[in-house]
Amino acid sequence: MFQSTYHRAGSVAEARALLDGAEEAKILAGGQTLLPTMKQGLAAPSDLVDLRGIAALRGVTVDGGSVTIGAMTTHAEVAAHDGLARLCPALAALAGGIGDPAVRHMGTIGGSVANNDPAADYPAALLALDAVVVTDAREIPAEEYFAGLFTTALDEGEIVTSVRFTAPGRAAYAKFPNPASRYAMVGVFVAKTGDDVRVAVTGAGEDGVFRHEGLEAALAADFSPAAVDGVEISGEGLMSDIHGGVDYRAQLIAVMAKRAVAAA
Amino acid sequence: MKMLATFNVNGRDYDTVIEPHMTLADVLRDKLRLTGTKRACTAGNCGACTVLADEDPICSCITLAVLARDKRIETVEGLAAPGGALSPLQDAFVKNNAAQCGFCTAGMLMTAQAQLRDNPRPTREEVKQSISGNICRCTGYVKIVDAIMQAAEEIQAAEGA
Repeated sequence: MFQSTYHRAGSVAEARALLDGAEEAKILAGGQTLLPTMKQGLAAPSDLVDLRGIAALRGVTVDGGSVTIGAMTTHAEVAAHDGLARLCPALAALAGGIGDPAVRHMGTIGGSVANNDPAADYPAALLALDAVVVTDAREIPAEEYFAGLFTTALDEGEIVTSVRFTAPGRAAYAKFPNPASRYAMVGVFVAKTGDDVRVAVTGAGEDGVFRHEGLEAALAADFSPAAVDGVEISGEGLMSDIHGGVDYRAQLIAVMAKRAVAAA
Repeated sequence: MKMLATFNVNGRDYDTVIEPHMTLADVLRDKLRLTGTKRACTAGNCGACTVLADEDPICSCITLAVLARDKRIETVEGLAAPGGALSPLQDAFVKNNAAQCGFCTAGMLMTAQAQLRDNPRPTREEVKQSISGNICRCTGYVKIVDAIMQAAEEIQAAEGA
């Protein structure tokens, strides 16, 4: 594998200085995507800045209805957090369904969100929960943060420090995982707070995660699985690959939306 | 850039010289000569390299060794008793013919070991979910799941006795 220089940052400020001072540095979170990518020769950072030693970036904080998850919190930690499981079981369950146990014990929410894989689970949750991505420089609403395939609003060297959202009234996530990779073929996160319904879809969009306005309007009027039947799911803008075509994914969006509404 | 590092593996401290880009699987196999842990896909897809870090299963092939210095690492070599007697889990794998070519076995055992500590009475479905990141191309998984279920029963029975 490519020989990078390894740095263990003790604070966010130190990490930022290391990133700014290096030729081509990359942040190391859980490394579950970065390490395979480096092994394939698709990434060759001169320096790796490890954020896992920064205690301030770890852990889930529940304060009333507000939830803050530190960027270096692993999927397993999110899945196992009692307070979160009570307040927003949909997100705890989502984290418990990411990849496999080995991935969940290394992979982090910050790493997932910074990578913005179009088939990752967290982006759907953040968009549907109207979450805020907090960085060392600013706060970015999820709506503006996810900017396309593996693309985010982050500037060079900007560090995701946490994710924050207000717990919804009801929510659920349903995904159809690729049986080999466990990535979402289609995943739908539904969140209802008062009369407001937000529906975010991952795994299906050519530009990554997106909100589905048709489903949102129908579910705001009638929050039931049957309401999904009346919504036309267009294939426009959907991904087609060896795992499934546009029609198949459009169908899966409807089915996953129904399952999510039924579970919420 | 070579560096001195200490790894705690199966309860024993090992001092060795590593480079920062080395994975934990590389260090275990090539430096510590603990070759029970397998390198197969080397990309985190197959689970053959699974070891436990502070009791949690991780893929050692996509974990940098430097990250494991402050963890208690367990590998398949640590399962059997010091005298060589197989653990109940290993014994159940033997009795159920749950290993065929054997390349996935070390990873399967470590994932199952972690699961049975967390959840001593898993359902078959929970066992399948737990080993979803461990790929076996020989057995069809049925005997592996049988073995883990039997090990769970025997561990419970032994503790109850």
